[in-house]
Amino acid sequence: MARYILKRLLLSIPILFGISLITFAVIHITPGGPTVLQSQMNAKMSPDSIAKLKTLYDLDKPLPVQYLKWLSRLARLDFGDSFNDNRPVTEKILERLPATLQLNLLSLLLLFLIAVPLGVYSAAKQNSVFDRLFTSISFIGFSVPSFWLALLLMLFFGVWLQWLPISGMASVNSSSMPPVLQVYDRIQHLILPLFVSVFGSIAGFSRYMRSGMLEVIRQDYIRTARAKGLPEREVLLNHALRNALLPVITIVGLSIPGLISGGFIFETIFAWPGMGRLAYESAMSFDYPVIMGVVIAGALLTLLGNLLADIAYAFADPRIRY
Amino acid sequence: MKILLKYIKLLSANKPALIGAALVVCLALIALSAPLLTGYDPAGQSMAEKLLPPSRAHLLGTDELGRDVFSRMIYGSRISLSVGLAAVAISTLIGIFVGAVAGYFGGWADQFFMRLVDIVLSVPALFFILMLVVFLGPSIFNVMVIIGLTTWTDLARLVRAEVLSLKSREYVLAARASGASHARIIIRHILPNAMAPVFVSVTFGVAGAILIESGLSFLGLGVQPPDPSWGNILTSGKDYIETAWWLTAFPGMAIFATIISYNLLGEGLRDILDPRLSGSKERG
Repeated sequence: MARYILKRLLLSIPILFGISLITFAVIHITPGGPTVLQSQMNAKMSPDSIAKLKTLYDLDKPLPVQYLKWLSRLARLDFGDSFNDNRPVTEKILERLPATLQLNLLSLLLLFLIAVPLGVYSAAKQNSVFDRLFTSISFIGFSVPSFWLALLLMLFFGVWLQWLPISGMASVNSSSMPPVLQVYDRIQHLILPLFVSVFGSIAGFSRYMRSGMLEVIRQDYIRTARAKGLPEREVLLNHALRNALLPVITIVGLSIPGLISGGFIFETIFAWPGMGRLAYESAMSFDYPVIMGVVIAGALLTLLGNLLADIAYAFADPRIRY
Repeated sequence: MKILLKYIKLLSANKPALIGAALVVCLALIALSAPLLTGYDPAGQSMAEKLLPPSRAHLLGTDELGRDVFSRMIYGSRISLSVGLAAVAISTLIGIFVGAVAGYFGGWADQFFMRLVDIVLSVPALFFILMLVVFLGPSIFNVMVIIGLTTWTDLARLVRAEVLSLKSREYVLAARASGASHARIIIRHILPNAMAPVFVSVTFGVAGAILIESGLSFLGLGVQPPDPSWGNILTSGKDYIETAWWLTAFPGMAIFATIISYNLLGEGLRDILDPRLSGSKERG
């Protein structure tokens, strides 16, 4: 296992280099050099921030030197200081990370708890009314733009029914509340963002679960389990589900970038103070170092997520040889 | 009579594709005939008529500058559809090129392009797009190019897999034996047989691109006002959510309807063209 993990780690090194090259290239699309035209067209790019960018990214040095400097900064996770408040970018990201992780881990958990039974049930009852209904509803769920769903929910529950707060992580006066109410307040603020985040992925995830189950159910060992007289429930839950769950590990790994960056739209809508919201704020104020930092942090989280998923897979499936 | 029954059966089997195709054509017609459908200038402001609810004069109400929402949505469909189609055209060209070269030549070309795919996939797509928008500046053209440049990876993998399975077929070997160049073999002999997943992916791709465009425009990072886009009408919807529900409801419905039409068509096409793929699903 240690060898497998090491090998897997070594494999992500070229990808890390690739990410550094791509981000480096993006910096050179705009400021200075042959592409000055672009920055002039970009009216919000002030001469002041161009000057700051030049010093930050050493744009006056030869290209290879610039790249080496960029690389060494990345290795130290040093993305410079924010143009807006001069605080280190790393600090700003770390401060937002918990809110994003909280939302994403909770939504992954919920996703799992809802999508797995849904997929299993509809596979077990293939072509039943439930299965058809499920397939059509998940198709619709799949096509609803998440930001529109977020707005509709705000409209219904926040504005018309006034049941739930429509933005932020806690009420303004939450610090003066007793602890129980504080938790209640926090949960109230979580409901809508969590719903939107889970809803978007549930359709795809449970469909995947369904087709995985359908595939497993046709295997010989399932027929054997049935032939020896096991109750259907046991066949499905003990023999089939375990195997159908394996690919789900990979899907969870693959969905990490989507969860992290997808948050950028609804974190913004609900004013949820996570990384996505930070990305949006820095985009609106053309705070380049912060944007670069968020992009790279997102990429690192994705690589880490995929790595963990691969390792978990190797643990879960003894057939994997390494 | 029997043939007729069979025909009806086949048609109803592909109902999603039919409905999807019909809706897609309708949407295209609406976009093309925009000036015929509405008498209002989509950018025409009238402060006396701001934030009016839907009425006979303004079918879908007016926005905060007194512009007719119906007419902005009709004209917005032109922008959303053209951004979607152009972005997909770009990503399809890149995807086919990368997939074909990687699959056909194998070796270092394959290594290079597939690692490139890994790299692009490891940067969360929306962050990548956001970064490019900020560095290049938001405009209709930039948004098209940026979406195209960031969404070709799935197609490249699909095409590569197809090309890999086709390149050692006898007719390809025959073409090579008769002295055809690599380019000719790829373009004339391999790609035409690898088109099924491309059509499916293009259809889902349009839905995905429109979704990204409207999301970006909604956040003020895509199509810039006064150009109308479904996304930027929704921005007013959010700003006036407490008073003007029609600014939220209608443009969102338009996006939803468009996405569902393309997804229906894609789903149907996939069942018809490539039964092996059914069950897997691409995220919009």
